[in-house]
Amino acid sequence: MENYMKLEIAALGENESFARSAVAAFALSLNPSFSDLSDIKTAVSEAVTNCIVHAYQTNGEENKILIVCRTQKRENGGELHIEIIDYGKGIDDVDEALTPFFTTLPDDERSGMGFTIMQTFMDGFSLHSKRGEGTRVSMTKSIGV
Amino acid sequence: MLFYTTHDSGVLKMVLQGELDEHTAVELRKQADAAIDEFASSNRAVLDLGGVSFMDSTGIGFLIGRYKKCKRYGIPLYISKINSQADKILSMSGVYTLIPKIN
Ligand SMILES: Nc1ncnc2c1ncn2[C@@H]1O[C@H](COP(=O)(O)OP(=O)(O)O)[C@@H](O)[C@H]1O
Ligand SMILES: [Mg+2]
Repeated sequence: MENYMKLEIAALGENESFARSAVAAFALSLNPSFSDLSDIKTAVSEAVTNCIVHAYQTNGEENKILIVCRTQKRENGGELHIEIIDYGKGIDDVDEALTPFFTTLPDDERSGMGFTIMQTFMDGFSLHSKRGEGTRVSMTKSIGV
Repeated sequence: MLFYTTHDSGVLKMVLQGELDEHTAVELRKQADAAIDEFASSNRAVLDLGGVSFMDSTGIGFLIGRYKKCKRYGIPLYISKINSQADKILSMSGVYTLIPKIN
């Protein structure tokens, strides 16, 4: 059985905790383990924080983040697909951005480990970005396999 | 996020409780830095992260930032307690080579 949810939020720091909790709550129907849920929350937090910190130059509720989740339920668990989309400045060099410890904001104590954590904690990961148009992170978590 | 400190026989203990992300880190940085400045003559500083129920990569930057600040005062920094979710992030990023875990 398939299910989905679509969530649009303002790119504001106070929504980081809401966004990761909402996705984790949606995933509950797949009976995830505690460790699966932790991985999902962490990966979502990384992607949403990137939209807030990097994508938009200004800080206001006009800056939007779209989160689309789909679940495919199987007998024991299933798959969770997550897309996190912004309409911000985009990424110039995607390969460079994916490199562990690479960050364009070292002075803000950014670690450059966001994409590495998303890739390590989830089972599927892809990144699409276009300069001036925005960025889409797609991730999949397999549960109960 | 809750932050408090104890200071006993030259050991500055900083206790963090709650969720550590980019949003909550702003206030936490100020509080931790103020504590390190106040107890700059400590022999060692210990971060108790046992009550941190969530941490993302913001935690890596936060910890390395405090490590650098302590280093300027010559104070070695340690981590005393940590949950498994945060431990996974700190292990993969090599934070423990700078800030060792102690019991
Ligand atoms: N949504 C985004 N929009 C624009 N740039 C981004 C976005 N996400 C990531 N980036 C770029 O990719 C780099 C690496 O991201 P990440 O691995 O999360 O590290 P960090 O956030 O600590 O810098 C960022 O420093 C930034 O330059
Ligand atoms: Mg990031």
